[in-house]
Amino acid sequence: MLSKKKLFTRGMFDVAPHMLSVIPFGIICGAIGVELGFSPYLVYGMSIIIFGGASQIVFLQLLSGGASSLIAVTSVGIINSRHLLYGAVLSEYLNKLSLIKKLFISYIVVDQAFAESAKFFKSNKSEEYLHYHLIGAGCTLWACWQISTLAGIILGSFVPEELGLKFTIPLTFIAIVVQDLKKLDHVIVMLVCGISSLLFFNAPLKSYIIISPIIALFVASLILRLKK
Amino acid sequence: MTWLSIIIAGLLTYFTRMAMIALVGREMLSDRVKEVLAYVPSAVFPAIIFPAIFINDYGTFVQINDPKIFAAIIAIIVGYFSKSIISTILAGLFSYWLLVFFIFN
Repeated sequence: MLSKKKLFTRGMFDVAPHMLSVIPFGIICGAIGVELGFSPYLVYGMSIIIFGGASQIVFLQLLSGGASSLIAVTSVGIINSRHLLYGAVLSEYLNKLSLIKKLFISYIVVDQAFAESAKFFKSNKSEEYLHYHLIGAGCTLWACWQISTLAGIILGSFVPEELGLKFTIPLTFIAIVVQDLKKLDHVIVMLVCGISSLLFFNAPLKSYIIISPIIALFVASLILRLKK
Repeated sequence: MTWLSIIIAGLLTYFTRMAMIALVGREMLSDRVKEVLAYVPSAVFPAIIFPAIFINDYGTFVQINDPKIFAAIIAIIVGYFSKSIISTILAGLFSYWLLVFFIFN
């Protein structure tokens, strides 16, 4: 049995490499908000209230482009609806926790924390304090996101755009799924999702981000049926 | 007004994170659903990866020889064999810089 502290630290270490993309993205996110003419308090408030990188940028871009608040809010909801899938995966492991703990942990379930903790949970099912891994991972990402968006707001886009640091976002997610390329069924599911996302990229309100996973999961269920 | 929108967007986002964790019990998910859920990372993350590589800032497809495509391939190869997140990201980023600053220029 690993102690709570060990699991928390393990979670921190497991997400640490993703800082290579989270920190530049946070800086860009903060800087863009101020450049678009929003008050620094508002831009920073989003990092605490919404705490979801891509959706924060989309929200501000839509509003500054003259879209209605309704459209901006709906887009944030659609972009972030993928968390429903993360929650469904995690619920199996967080089932025995008290409601208060569940409500707290929910706030810090972000992409990289989900990916690393789900991986860890799968191979350490018997650990009693499993959720401390997710808390460690989530809190680390939260702290980095706050500091880096704040840095972007105060210092502006001090990272030159030519460096193309936005490209670290797809790289982070490649690092997460790359080992699953060993399995043919996963490769098929990934390609279905990726190609769907390109086909539906122009669907309204950024809905490609949830349409493609639904199509891909449907294909996954067909594959499972064929396997039996 | 904008603050109100942010608060609603925040509540909505929190709901997406909380709903399945706090409101759905383990017994509500069948074994079959759990099997399908094992594919979630593979079914979700490519929707972030593909557009970021193949679609540019203006919403149109990139050229077939775009440096991002080559850099992503290198990141995949390095990541596959090294099993290291840091190596994957740095291999992709450095090969992107190499292509953009030295070869395509």
